[in-house]
Amino acid sequence: MSRPVRLGLFVVSGCGLATVLVLAFIGLPDFGSAHELYGAVVDYTENGLRHATDVVTALNFDIRAFDTLGEEFILFASVSGVVLLLRQLRGEDEDAGQQKGIQEHAFAGASDGLRLASLVLIPVIMAFGAYLVFHGQLTPGGGFQGGIVLAAGPVAILIAGRYLAMKAVAPKRLVESADAIGAAAYALIGLGGLIFVGVYLKNPMPLGTPGHLLSAGMMPLNSVAVGLEVAGAFLVTWSEFLDQTLINSPGGGAGE
Amino acid sequence: MTVLQIIGLVFVAVGGGAVVFVSEPLRQTIVLGFYGIALTFVFFTFQAPDVALSEIVVTGIGLPLIILAALRKIRQHEELRRQREGKE
Repeated sequence: MSRPVRLGLFVVSGCGLATVLVLAFIGLPDFGSAHELYGAVVDYTENGLRHATDVVTALNFDIRAFDTLGEEFILFASVSGVVLLLRQLRGEDEDAGQQKGIQEHAFAGASDGLRLASLVLIPVIMAFGAYLVFHGQLTPGGGFQGGIVLAAGPVAILIAGRYLAMKAVAPKRLVESADAIGAAAYALIGLGGLIFVGVYLKNPMPLGTPGHLLSAGMMPLNSVAVGLEVAGAFLVTWSEFLDQTLINSPGGGAGE
Repeated sequence: MTVLQIIGLVFVAVGGGAVVFVSEPLRQTIVLGFYGIALTFVFFTFQAPDVALSEIVVTGIGLPLIILAALRKIRQHEELRRQREGKE
Protein backbone atom coordinates (compact mmCIF):
# COMPACT_ATOMS: atom_id res chain seq x y z
CA MET A 1 0.00 0.00 0.00
CA SER A 2 1.50 3.34 -1.03
CA ARG A 3 1.91 6.28 1.35
CA PRO A 4 -0.91 8.51 -0.04
CA VAL A 5 -3.38 5.61 0.06
CA ARG A 6 -2.45 4.84 3.65
CA LEU A 7 -2.74 8.49 4.63
CA GLY A 8 -6.16 8.73 2.94
CA LEU A 9 -7.34 5.61 4.73
CA PHE A 10 -6.13 7.06 8.04
CA VAL A 11 -7.90 10.39 7.48
CA VAL A 12 -11.21 8.71 6.56
CA SER A 13 -11.16 6.21 9.43
CA GLY A 14 -9.81 8.81 11.88
CA CYS A 15 -12.68 11.19 11.07
CA GLY A 16 -15.17 8.35 11.43
CA LEU A 17 -13.76 7.35 14.81
CA ALA A 18 -13.71 10.97 16.02
CA THR A 19 -17.36 11.47 15.02
CA VAL A 20 -18.49 8.32 16.81
CA LEU A 21 -16.45 9.19 19.93
CA VAL A 22 -17.79 12.75 20.11
CA LEU A 23 -21.38 11.48 19.70
CA ALA A 24 -20.80 8.92 22.46
CA PHE A 25 -19.21 11.45 24.82
CA ILE A 26 -22.12 13.88 24.36
CA GLY A 27 -24.46 11.15 25.61
CA LEU A 28 -22.45 10.58 28.81
CA PRO A 29 -23.56 12.06 32.15
CA ASP A 30 -21.63 15.11 33.37
CA PHE A 31 -18.25 14.57 35.02
CA GLY A 32 -18.65 13.42 38.61
CA SER A 33 -22.46 13.60 38.54
CA ALA A 34 -23.31 9.94 38.10
CA HIS A 35 -23.80 8.06 41.36
CA GLU A 36 -24.81 4.58 40.33
CA LEU A 37 -26.68 2.16 42.53
CA TYR A 38 -23.82 -0.32 42.21
CA GLY A 39 -21.54 1.89 44.30
CA ALA A 40 -24.06 2.13 47.12
CA VAL A 41 -24.72 -1.62 47.05
CA VAL A 42 -21.00 -2.47 47.13
CA ASP A 43 -20.37 0.03 49.89
CA TYR A 44 -23.19 -1.40 51.98
CA THR A 45 -22.20 -5.04 51.39
CA GLU A 46 -18.46 -4.76 51.89
CA ASN A 47 -18.37 -2.11 54.56
CA GLY A 48 -21.54 -2.90 56.47
CA LEU A 49 -21.91 -6.66 56.06
CA ARG A 50 -18.31 -7.84 55.59
CA HIS A 51 -16.54 -5.38 57.92
CA ALA A 52 -13.88 -4.38 55.36
CA THR A 53 -12.83 -0.74 55.09
CA ASP A 54 -10.99 -0.93 51.75
CA VAL A 55 -13.85 -1.69 49.39
CA VAL A 56 -11.64 -2.35 46.35
CA THR A 57 -9.76 -5.22 47.98
CA ALA A 58 -13.01 -6.41 49.50
CA LEU A 59 -14.52 -6.55 46.01
CA ASN A 60 -11.61 -8.64 44.75
CA PHE A 61 -11.81 -11.12 47.59
CA ASP A 62 -15.56 -11.22 48.14
CA ILE A 63 -17.96 -10.31 45.31
CA ARG A 64 -15.39 -11.14 42.65
CA ALA A 65 -13.47 -13.79 44.55
CA PHE A 66 -13.98 -16.22 41.69
CA ASP A 67 -12.52 -13.74 39.18
CA THR A 68 -9.52 -13.35 41.43
CA LEU A 69 -9.10 -17.13 41.41
CA GLY A 70 -8.96 -16.97 37.63
CA GLU A 71 -6.45 -14.11 37.69
CA GLU A 72 -4.28 -16.03 40.15
CA PHE A 73 -4.03 -18.91 37.74
CA ILE A 74 -3.53 -16.68 34.70
CA LEU A 75 -0.44 -15.31 36.44
CA PHE A 76 0.62 -18.79 37.50
CA ALA A 77 0.21 -20.19 34.00
CA SER A 78 2.06 -17.33 32.29
CA VAL A 79 4.97 -17.55 34.72
CA SER A 80 5.14 -21.30 34.16
CA GLY A 81 5.24 -20.63 30.42
CA VAL A 82 8.10 -18.13 30.77
CA VAL A 83 10.06 -20.52 32.97
CA LEU A 84 9.49 -23.40 30.59
CA LEU A 85 10.71 -21.41 27.57
CA LEU A 86 13.72 -19.79 29.24
CA ARG A 87 14.96 -22.99 30.89
CA GLN A 88 14.72 -24.73 27.55
CA LEU A 89 16.88 -21.96 26.06
CA ARG A 90 19.39 -22.23 28.86
CA GLY A 91 19.70 -25.96 28.23
CA GLU A 92 20.53 -25.34 24.57
CA ASP A 93 23.14 -22.74 25.43
CA GLU A 94 24.82 -25.03 27.89
CA ASP A 95 24.83 -27.86 25.36
CA ALA A 96 26.58 -25.59 22.91
CA GLY A 97 29.48 -25.63 25.36
CA GLN A 98 29.48 -21.95 26.19
CA GLN A 99 31.49 -20.92 29.16
CA LYS A 100 29.66 -20.36 32.41
CA GLY A 101 29.56 -16.80 33.61
CA ILE A 102 31.67 -15.21 36.28
CA GLN A 103 30.11 -16.16 39.59
CA GLU A 104 30.05 -12.75 41.24
CA HIS A 105 28.25 -10.28 39.06
CA ALA A 106 29.45 -6.73 39.45
CA PHE A 107 26.63 -4.41 38.43
CA ALA A 108 28.07 -1.97 35.94
CA GLY A 109 28.09 1.54 37.27
CA ALA A 110 26.98 0.74 40.81
CA SER A 111 28.62 3.48 42.84
CA ASP A 112 29.12 3.27 46.59
CA GLY A 113 26.29 5.76 47.03
CA LEU A 114 23.88 3.61 45.00
CA ARG A 115 24.90 0.52 46.97
CA LEU A 116 24.41 2.24 50.30
CA ALA A 117 21.06 3.68 49.19
CA SER A 118 19.76 0.29 48.10
CA LEU A 119 20.96 -1.35 51.32
CA VAL A 120 19.11 1.29 53.34
CA LEU A 121 16.03 0.86 51.15
CA ILE A 122 15.80 -2.93 51.45
CA PRO A 123 14.26 -3.07 54.98
CA VAL A 124 11.95 -0.15 54.13
CA ILE A 125 10.76 -1.89 50.97
CA MET A 126 10.17 -5.18 52.75
CA ALA A 127 8.29 -3.49 55.62
CA PHE A 128 6.10 -1.55 53.18
CA GLY A 129 5.38 -4.70 51.18
CA ALA A 130 4.41 -6.62 54.31
CA TYR A 131 2.22 -3.72 55.39
CA LEU A 132 0.40 -3.68 52.05
CA VAL A 133 -0.17 -7.44 52.13
CA PHE A 134 -1.43 -7.56 55.72
CA HIS A 135 -3.62 -4.45 55.54
CA GLY A 136 -5.35 -5.36 52.27
CA GLN A 137 -8.86 -5.17 53.71
CA LEU A 138 -8.13 -1.98 55.70
CA THR A 139 -6.21 0.46 53.50
CA PRO A 140 -5.46 0.74 49.77
CA GLY A 141 -3.19 -2.04 48.62
CA GLY A 142 -3.54 -5.75 49.05
CA GLY A 143 -1.90 -8.95 47.95
CA PHE A 144 -1.04 -7.98 44.39
CA GLN A 145 0.59 -4.62 45.09
CA GLY A 146 2.22 -5.83 48.29
CA GLY A 147 3.53 -8.94 46.54
CA ILE A 148 5.40 -6.94 43.91
CA VAL A 149 6.79 -4.56 46.54
CA LEU A 150 8.02 -7.60 48.51
CA ALA A 151 9.63 -8.98 45.37
CA ALA A 152 11.38 -5.64 44.86
CA GLY A 153 13.40 -6.14 48.05
CA PRO A 154 15.70 -8.82 46.59
CA VAL A 155 15.92 -6.73 43.40
CA ALA A 156 17.40 -3.90 45.47
CA ILE A 157 20.20 -6.34 46.36
CA LEU A 158 20.78 -6.84 42.65
CA ILE A 159 21.04 -3.07 42.17
CA ALA A 160 23.51 -3.00 45.05
CA GLY A 161 25.67 -5.12 42.75
CA ARG A 162 25.26 -8.61 44.11
CA TYR A 163 23.25 -10.82 41.81
CA LEU A 164 24.36 -14.00 43.54
CA ALA A 165 23.54 -12.47 46.93
CA MET A 166 20.05 -11.86 45.57
CA LYS A 167 19.88 -15.51 44.63
CA ALA A 168 21.06 -16.49 48.10
CA VAL A 169 18.30 -14.40 49.71
CA ALA A 170 15.67 -15.55 47.23
CA PRO A 171 16.73 -19.00 45.98
CA LYS A 172 14.76 -20.44 43.10
CA ARG A 173 13.35 -23.34 45.08
CA LEU A 174 11.95 -20.88 47.64
CA VAL A 175 10.36 -18.41 45.22
CA GLU A 176 8.92 -21.20 43.10
CA SER A 177 7.37 -22.74 46.20
CA ALA A 178 5.98 -19.34 47.24
CA ASP A 179 4.39 -18.98 43.80
CA ALA A 180 2.85 -22.44 43.90
CA ILE A 181 1.82 -22.38 47.57
CA GLY A 182 0.19 -18.96 47.18
CA ALA A 183 -1.85 -20.08 44.19
CA ALA A 184 -2.87 -23.31 45.91
CA ALA A 185 -3.67 -21.54 49.19
CA TYR A 186 -6.17 -19.23 47.49
CA ALA A 187 -8.00 -22.17 45.94
CA LEU A 188 -7.93 -24.07 49.25
CA ILE A 189 -9.29 -21.10 51.22
CA GLY A 190 -12.20 -21.12 48.77
CA LEU A 191 -12.64 -24.82 49.46
CA GLY A 192 -12.96 -23.95 53.15
CA GLY A 193 -16.06 -21.97 52.25
CA LEU A 194 -17.47 -24.96 50.38
CA ILE A 195 -16.89 -27.27 53.35
CA PHE A 196 -18.05 -25.03 56.20
CA VAL A 197 -20.84 -22.91 54.66
CA GLY A 198 -21.60 -24.83 51.50
CA VAL A 199 -20.57 -22.23 48.89
CA TYR A 200 -17.15 -22.09 47.20
CA LEU A 201 -15.18 -18.99 48.27
CA LYS A 202 -17.92 -17.88 50.69
CA ASN A 203 -16.60 -16.53 53.97
CA PRO A 204 -16.75 -19.12 56.80
CA MET A 205 -14.79 -17.08 59.36
CA PRO A 206 -15.79 -14.56 62.05
CA LEU A 207 -15.90 -10.98 60.75
CA GLY A 208 -14.25 -9.17 63.64
CA THR A 209 -14.32 -5.42 64.31
CA PRO A 210 -14.08 -3.15 61.24
CA GLY A 211 -10.65 -1.53 61.05
CA HIS A 212 -8.83 -4.25 62.97
CA LEU A 213 -5.97 -6.25 61.50
CA LEU A 214 -7.90 -9.51 61.74
CA SER A 215 -11.27 -8.46 60.39
CA ALA A 216 -13.42 -9.07 57.31
CA GLY A 217 -13.31 -12.87 57.66
CA MET A 218 -11.11 -14.66 55.16
CA MET A 219 -9.92 -11.52 53.33
CA PRO A 220 -6.59 -11.19 55.22
CA LEU A 221 -5.85 -14.85 54.44
CA ASN A 222 -6.68 -14.33 50.78
CA SER A 223 -4.48 -11.26 50.71
CA VAL A 224 -1.53 -13.17 52.15
CA ALA A 225 -2.06 -16.01 49.67
CA VAL A 226 -2.13 -13.60 46.73
CA GLY A 227 0.87 -11.71 48.11
CA LEU A 228 2.90 -14.93 48.32
CA GLU A 229 1.94 -15.93 44.82
CA VAL A 230 2.65 -12.56 43.22
CA ALA A 231 5.98 -12.09 45.01
CA GLY A 232 7.02 -15.60 43.99
CA ALA A 233 5.80 -15.17 40.42
CA PHE A 234 7.68 -11.92 39.83
CA LEU A 235 10.88 -13.18 41.45
CA VAL A 236 10.79 -16.38 39.38
CA THR A 237 10.29 -14.39 36.16
CA TRP A 238 12.95 -11.84 36.99
CA SER A 239 15.56 -14.39 38.00
CA GLU A 240 14.91 -16.43 34.86
CA PHE A 241 15.40 -13.31 32.72
CA LEU A 242 18.45 -12.20 34.71
CA ASP A 243 19.98 -15.69 34.56
CA GLN A 244 19.74 -15.44 30.81
CA THR A 245 21.55 -12.12 30.64
CA LEU A 246 23.93 -12.12 33.61
CA ILE A 247 25.10 -15.66 34.25
CA ASN A 248 24.39 -17.50 31.03
CA SER A 249 25.72 -14.79 28.75
CA PRO A 250 28.22 -15.47 25.96
CA GLY A 251 30.49 -12.64 27.07
CA GLY A 252 31.12 -14.11 30.51
CA GLY A 253 28.46 -12.36 32.56
CA ALA A 254 30.25 -9.45 34.21
CA GLY A 255 28.83 -6.00 33.64
CA GLU A 256 30.47 -4.43 30.62
CA MET B 1 -12.77 18.31 37.60
CA THR B 2 -9.93 19.78 39.63
CA VAL B 3 -6.75 21.45 38.36
CA LEU B 4 -4.65 18.48 39.50
CA GLN B 5 -6.80 16.09 37.49
CA ILE B 6 -6.46 18.24 34.37
CA ILE B 7 -2.68 18.49 34.81
CA GLY B 8 -2.50 14.72 35.24
CA LEU B 9 -4.57 14.05 32.12
CA VAL B 10 -2.37 16.41 30.07
CA PHE B 11 0.74 14.59 31.29
CA VAL B 12 -0.80 11.25 30.33
CA ALA B 13 -1.71 12.52 26.86
CA VAL B 14 1.79 13.91 26.26
CA GLY B 15 3.48 10.91 27.89
CA GLY B 16 1.54 8.36 25.84
CA GLY B 17 2.60 10.11 22.65
CA ALA B 18 6.19 10.33 23.88
CA VAL B 19 6.35 6.56 24.51
CA VAL B 20 5.19 5.91 20.95
CA PHE B 21 7.49 8.43 19.28
CA VAL B 22 10.72 7.47 21.08
CA SER B 23 12.08 4.78 18.80
CA GLU B 24 15.16 3.67 20.73
CA PRO B 25 14.01 0.81 23.03
CA LEU B 26 16.32 1.64 25.94
CA ARG B 27 15.11 5.25 26.09
CA GLN B 28 11.57 4.05 25.54
CA THR B 29 11.81 2.03 28.76
CA ILE B 30 12.73 5.14 30.73
CA VAL B 31 9.99 7.22 29.08
CA LEU B 32 7.55 4.41 29.86
CA GLY B 33 8.53 4.73 33.51
CA PHE B 34 7.67 8.43 33.49
CA TYR B 35 4.41 7.69 31.69
CA GLY B 36 3.61 5.19 34.46
CA ILE B 37 4.20 7.85 37.09
CA ALA B 38 1.85 10.23 35.22
CA LEU B 39 -0.81 7.48 35.11
CA THR B 40 -0.29 6.80 38.80
CA PHE B 41 -0.86 10.48 39.50
CA VAL B 42 -4.07 10.47 37.45
CA PHE B 43 -5.42 7.39 39.24
CA PHE B 44 -4.57 8.99 42.56
CA THR B 45 -6.29 12.28 41.75
CA PHE B 46 -9.37 10.37 40.55
CA GLN B 47 -9.54 8.71 43.98
CA ALA B 48 -8.37 5.25 42.99
CA PRO B 49 -5.36 4.67 45.27
CA ASP B 50 -5.52 0.87 44.82
CA VAL B 51 -5.13 1.18 41.08
CA ALA B 52 -2.43 3.85 41.54
CA LEU B 53 -0.43 1.43 43.67
CA SER B 54 -0.81 -1.37 41.12
CA GLU B 55 0.24 0.99 38.34
CA ILE B 56 3.37 2.24 40.10
CA VAL B 57 4.60 -1.22 41.09
CA VAL B 58 4.09 -2.60 37.58
CA THR B 59 5.61 0.27 35.59
CA GLY B 60 8.11 1.10 38.32
CA ILE B 61 9.75 -2.30 38.75
CA GLY B 62 7.74 -5.12 37.23
CA LEU B 63 8.00 -4.22 33.57
CA PRO B 64 11.34 -2.30 33.17
CA LEU B 65 13.43 -5.07 34.69
CA ILE B 66 12.09 -7.62 32.21
CA ILE B 67 12.47 -5.23 29.27
CA LEU B 68 16.03 -4.26 30.25
CA ALA B 69 17.07 -7.89 30.70
CA ALA B 70 15.52 -8.81 27.35
CA LEU B 71 17.24 -5.88 25.59
CA ARG B 72 20.60 -6.90 27.00
CA LYS B 73 20.09 -10.49 25.90
CA ILE B 74 19.27 -9.36 22.37
CA ARG B 75 22.45 -7.26 22.25
CA GLN B 76 24.51 -10.20 23.48
CA HIS B 77 23.08 -12.33 20.69
CA GLU B 78 23.93 -9.67 18.12
CA GLU B 79 27.49 -9.40 19.43
CA LEU B 80 27.90 -13.17 19.36
CA ARG B 81 26.67 -13.33 15.77
CA ARG B 82 29.03 -10.55 14.75
CA GLN B 83 31.95 -12.37 16.37
CA ARG B 84 31.07 -15.61 14.56
CA GLU B 85 30.78 -13.83 11.24
CA GLY B 86 34.12 -12.14 11.88
CA LYS B 87 35.80 -15.51 12.40
CA GLU B 88 34.42 -17.09 9.23
